[in-house]
Amino acid sequence: MFGSYEFDWSSIPGAMGFLGQGLLVSLEITGLALVAGIVWGTLLAMARLSSIKPLAWAAAGYVNLFRAVPLVMVLLWFFLIVPKLLENFLGLPSGSDVRLASAMIGFALFESAYYAEIIRAGIQSVPKGQLAAAHALGMSYPQAMLHVVLPQAFRNMVPLLLTQAIILFQDTSLVYVSALADFFGAAYKVGDRDGRLVELVLFAGAIYFVLCFAASQGVRYFQKRLQTA
Amino acid sequence: MITIDKVSKHYGNFQVLTDCSTHVNKGEVVVVCGPSGSGKSTLIKCVNGLEPFQDGAIHVNGTSVGAPKTNLSKLRAHVGMVFQHFELFPHMTISDNLRLAQIKVLKRDKDEAAEKGHYFLDRVGLKAHAHKFPGQLSGGQQQRVAIARALAMDPICMLFDEPTSALDPEMINEVLDVMTELAQEGMTMMCVTHEMGFAKRVAHRVIFMDHGKIVEDDSKEAFFANPRSERAQQFLAKILQH
Ligand SMILES: Nc1ncnc2c1ncn2[C@@H]1O[C@H](COP(=O)(O)OP(=O)(O)O)[C@@H](O)[C@H]1O
Ligand SMILES: [Mg+2]
Repeated sequence: MFGSYEFDWSSIPGAMGFLGQGLLVSLEITGLALVAGIVWGTLLAMARLSSIKPLAWAAAGYVNLFRAVPLVMVLLWFFLIVPKLLENFLGLPSGSDVRLASAMIGFALFESAYYAEIIRAGIQSVPKGQLAAAHALGMSYPQAMLHVVLPQAFRNMVPLLLTQAIILFQDTSLVYVSALADFFGAAYKVGDRDGRLVELVLFAGAIYFVLCFAASQGVRYFQKRLQTA
Repeated sequence: MITIDKVSKHYGNFQVLTDCSTHVNKGEVVVVCGPSGSGKSTLIKCVNGLEPFQDGAIHVNGTSVGAPKTNLSKLRAHVGMVFQHFELFPHMTISDNLRLAQIKVLKRDKDEAAEKGHYFLDRVGLKAHAHKFPGQLSGGQQQRVAIARALAMDPICMLFDEPTSALDPEMINEVLDVMTELAQEGMTMMCVTHEMGFAKRVAHRVIFMDHGKIVEDDSKEAFFANPRSERAQQFLAKILQH
């Protein structure tokens, strides 16, 4: 199909500033969702491992629900439906700020479900005796988790958490459905404006590939160093 | 100091402890032995509430362990426990292992906690290793650190659950020596161990458990001279062969 297609990359150099800003937005979203995902994911993981059954069931339900629906759908719900509901029930003023914030929250809630599973496995990788020893020294459950179990769990999980962060960075490309000017959204806009969608989408793909490949090589290097240390 | 009164515990249908009663007086050293699976670990973990039990009562220094309103953290802060697999915190230096609970649980300030930790580290002969991580020490050294960590909390009594059974033979004595010294200073101790030499030298009483029951509870002299039950006789015969 590209046989007769004439590539024209000339609209890219002039759009570098705009694209760069988009990349920054993507990295910001990644950072925010990463922090929210780890914090909320840790709480979900602890709830899921809790001996309080209703809490464990609620957390399991949450994780399974978000892992069973496509991200794009969650984003659209949170972009289109949740703000409407808030407007109707809470009488909030309508506006794009609410919609964008809502889409971001949806994104973080979705990614947390994946982090929760990684963190749960990490917590379970710490021998039970460690918690018993912390309790035996008089530490409360939160103290024991915070100072003894979670630091070890996170140390075991670092490579997996970083790998998931790379996936999360790729997932940010889907927020273009919420009209946020992330990197992919910016590339799409430029291509659409200049009638050069093919070039811009290829270019965006190449940048995603280079960044993610470099990052995953970095994770592998880090992992090797952890193993030999 | 410790009284265990008609304690029973079951997991579903499986009876782990049946009607166990005994006591440990202040300054007394009681050795608990018995075949694997007889409930020794479960019993000793009931004493500081690490394992819940369904029937009976345990009191430590007058506090009821099983009572719902008991502050278990507060109780455990002053009941030292040493585990078979040491359970030092591998992500912290020896110094920090010794300090953590003093700071977080007893609210001691950092310098005081460090000083106290180093004092006990010195007592178990490992002063030079304060900056190392647990993984850099031998098993015997790790267990001595674990004892020092418990002592730094100023315990009113100490519980030991097979403290030497995960150790290579040449390291057993360094740990038993520390325990012997502790006993001679008058520490109240309840020790699950199969080290009958230690029991003969140090214990005041010996408890023998089988199938979740306390089968013998006697003075050391009576126990070693003439165990009453056949199971205990067989057990002793087997273990003293080594
Ligand atoms: N969480 C548990 N669930 C079911 N059975 C258990 C559990 N923990 C221990 N047991 C059983 O209880 C018995 C006593 O265990 P334990 O107190 O560890 O014995 P010991 O320390 O004397 O070897 C064993 O038969 C063991 O299999
Ligand atoms: Mg045991």
